[in-house]
Amino acid sequence: MKLSQLNPGESGTIIAFTDLEMSVKLMEMGCLPGEIVEVERFAPLGDPIAIRVAGYQLCLRKSEASIIIIQ
Amino acid sequence: MAKDIKIALVGNPNTGKSTLFNLLTGLNQKIGNFPGITVDKKIGYCRLADNRQAEIIDLPGTYSLYPKSKDESIVFQILADSSNPSHPDLIVLVVDATNLRRNLLLYTQVADLGIPLVLAMNMTDMAKNEGIDINIDKLALRLGVQIVSISARKNLGIQELKAALNYAGTIATQAEGADLRVLAPDAIDLAKAKLNTTNNYFALQVLHQHEYLQLFSESQHNAFEQIKKDCEFESSKQQAAETIARYRYLGTVLSGVVTDTGAKKKFAFSDRLDSILTNKFWGFIIFIALLFFIFNSIFSWSSYPMDMIEYAFVWLAEMGHQFLPKGLLTDLLLDGVVAGLGGIIIFIPQIAILFAFISVLEDTGYMARVTFMLDKVMRKFGLSGKSVVPMIGSLACAVPSIMSARNIESWKDRIITIMVAPLVSCSARLPVYTLLISLVVPERMIWGIINLQGLTLMGMYLISILAAVAVAFVMKFLIKAKERSYFIMELPVYRMPRWSNVLYTVYEKAKTFVFEAGKVIIAISIILWVLASFGPSNKFEAIDRKYAAIELQKDSVQITTLERDKSAEKLENSYAGILGHFIEPGIRPLGYDWKIGIALITSFAAREAFVGTMATIYSVDNDGEVATIRDKMRGAVNPETGLPVFTFATAFSLMLFYAFAMQCMSTVAVVYRETKSWKWPVIQLVYMTALAYIASLIAYQLLK
Repeated sequence: MKLSQLNPGESGTIIAFTDLEMSVKLMEMGCLPGEIVEVERFAPLGDPIAIRVAGYQLCLRKSEASIIIIQ
Repeated sequence: MAKDIKIALVGNPNTGKSTLFNLLTGLNQKIGNFPGITVDKKIGYCRLADNRQAEIIDLPGTYSLYPKSKDESIVFQILADSSNPSHPDLIVLVVDATNLRRNLLLYTQVADLGIPLVLAMNMTDMAKNEGIDINIDKLALRLGVQIVSISARKNLGIQELKAALNYAGTIATQAEGADLRVLAPDAIDLAKAKLNTTNNYFALQVLHQHEYLQLFSESQHNAFEQIKKDCEFESSKQQAAETIARYRYLGTVLSGVVTDTGAKKKFAFSDRLDSILTNKFWGFIIFIALLFFIFNSIFSWSSYPMDMIEYAFVWLAEMGHQFLPKGLLTDLLLDGVVAGLGGIIIFIPQIAILFAFISVLEDTGYMARVTFMLDKVMRKFGLSGKSVVPMIGSLACAVPSIMSARNIESWKDRIITIMVAPLVSCSARLPVYTLLISLVVPERMIWGIINLQGLTLMGMYLISILAAVAVAFVMKFLIKAKERSYFIMELPVYRMPRWSNVLYTVYEKAKTFVFEAGKVIIAISIILWVLASFGPSNKFEAIDRKYAAIELQKDSVQITTLERDKSAEKLENSYAGILGHFIEPGIRPLGYDWKIGIALITSFAAREAFVGTMATIYSVDNDGEVATIRDKMRGAVNPETGLPVFTFATAFSLMLFYAFAMQCMSTVAVVYRETKSWKWPVIQLVYMTALAYIASLIAYQLLK
C-alpha cells in the first residue's frame, strides 16, 4: 500500500520506496524503512499532506507520498 | 577585522542556529558574499576567554552534505575544500535535542570530514519538558567530541560553549562513524590515491560532488569521472546506502542515551493550533485577515514617525537656508543631498514594520504553514508552495527574494518565481503609493475601524499579486520543465517568536536599505538637482534678460510672483525639463506631464527615486517658502488648464505604472546573476514595461 492512500489519523510502517532519487531525500529527512509514519492532516485543498515521522512533522505532496510503500 | 580562529556554525534548519549566532556575536556582524555565488555570507566576531578574536560564520541550514538546492551546496564547498578562504578551523555543530537522531545525521557526515568539532545541543530545556532525557556524557564519550548543552532561546549555556570553543584542540577527536569504505572500496581507494588523502569520506564526497569544488583541474575532474565509470559508482544508490548505514550507526550510538517517556503529548499544542490555522475555512480567513492587519499597520503605525521625519527634514532645510551662506553649494547640499536623504530615511518606519511582521511569521513557524496551505493553488499557476516565501519577501524587496528562490529545487518553478517576483509590490513602491494615496484618497474611516487609505493600499498590493499570479500562469505554458519539482519540507512546531531575532532582522534590513539604496538615491538626487538647476546657457540667459526687463517695468508688489514664474520657466528649460519634454508625447496618454516624466526617467534606476525626484523638482520650483512634498504636489497646477496635476485618474495611472514597471537596476542585475543569462532579465524588462504602459493607459483613459 502507498502512503498517499492513507487518510488523516491512519499510520503504517515504511517498507520500501519506488523511486531511488526521491528516496535519498526522504531518508535524509528521517523516512527510513522500518519507521512508523502517521498521516496527520491534509492541506485545506487536499494536497500536500502532513505526516508525523521520526518525532517531527514533515509535509510532502501526494505524488511524493505515493513512492513510499507502507505496511 | 583581524581574526585568530575561524569557526563555522553548521546545522539543520530550525535548530536555533541564527539565534546562537546573534548571541555569540551581538551586533558585531556583517553580511558579505561568497565569491562566485550569491548566498549571503553572515559573519560576526566574538572574543574568546584567552582574548583570541574568533570569526564566526553562519552557514545556511541543511539536512545533509548532499545539496538539494543551490543554497545548500555552499556548506559542502566550504567544509570539504580546505583551501576555501572560509574553511573553518573549528565547527560548532548545532543540533535540536528534541529531534536528535535526524539532526545527528548531518553531524556524522561533517564529523567524517575530519575537522575539529564541538557539538552544541540546543533546546535541551524543551526536550526535558517533552519528556526526552539525554545522557550527554555517555553520548560525548561514544562520539568522541565535546558536547555543550545550551538553550539559545533562554541564553543558557553560552558561556560554557564559549569556554569549550576556547579550549578546543586543533586536531579532530571524533570517533569514526559508520564504515563507509565498504560501500565502494575500489572507487574510494582509487580516489584516495589520486587525492593523496587517508580520509575515506572526503574521497567518497569528492566522487559524488567534485564538480562543486573549484580546487580541481579539468583533468582531475575527468579522472574522477573515469573512476566512477570504471567502478560502476552510482551516486543515488551510494547516497541511499550511506544514509542507511549512518542511521544504523546512530541507532547504536543513541541506544541507552536517549530515553523518551512522554511520547504522545508533546505536539498537542502545535496540533491544536494547526487544526485551526490550516483549517479548510479558517486557515484562509486567518491568512487574509493577517495580511490585512499587516498592511493596515504599515500604514497607520508608521504615520506618526514618518510625519516626524518629514518635518525634521523640512526644518533642517529651513535652518540651512536661513543660516548657511547663500550660494550654489548650499543649494546643492540642501535641495540635492538633504532632500534625497529625507526621501530615504522616511522609508525606515515602514520597512521596519514589514520586516518585523515577516520575521515574526517565519520565526513562529506560521510561514511554513502558509507554504503548506497554498502549494496546491500555487502549483496551478506554475509556481510551488515554496514560491510563497520569495513572493511574500518581495513585498519587502525583490532582490533578496529572488536570491531566496534558490531554495526551490525545480528549475522551472524557480525561473517562474524569479520572473514574477518583481511584480509583487516591494517596499520601494510603498512611498510612491503612500504619497499618491494621501494626495487623492480622503483620510476616512469605514465602519469606524477600516482606514480608507489603508484599504486602497491593500488594493494596490492585491492588484500586484494578481498580476504576478496571472503572468506565472501564462509562463507555465511557455517554459519547458527540465526536471521534476519537490515539496518535502519540515513543519516546525509553533514557537513564540524570539524578539531579539526580530530586532536583529529589522535592524539589518533597515541598515542594508539605507546604505545600499541610499547610495543610488543620493547620487540620483544630486544628478537630478544639477539637471534641474542648469540648462543650455543661451536659454537661461534669455530667461534672465526677459525677467529683468519685466521687473523694471513693474512695481515691487508683483516681484514675488515674478520670481516664481521665472524659476518655473527655468526648470522647464533645464536639462531635466528638456528630457521630460522629450518623452512627454509618449506619456501624455497616461495622464502624465513632463515633470512626472522626469520622475519616470530617474525611477528607471530605482523606483524609490520617485519621491526624491518630486521633492527635488518641487523644491527647485518653490517660491522661497518651505513646505512638505505633499503640500507642494497638491498645489501643483497644470498651466494650460488650470486644474490640479494630481487628479485621481493621474494618481491611479501612476500607481499602476509603478506597480508593474521594472524600474530597478538591482533587480535586473540579480536576475542576470541568478539565471546566468541576459535572456531572462531582458524578457522581464520588456514584459513588465509593456504591462505597465498598457495598464496605466487603460486606467487613465477610463477614469479621466
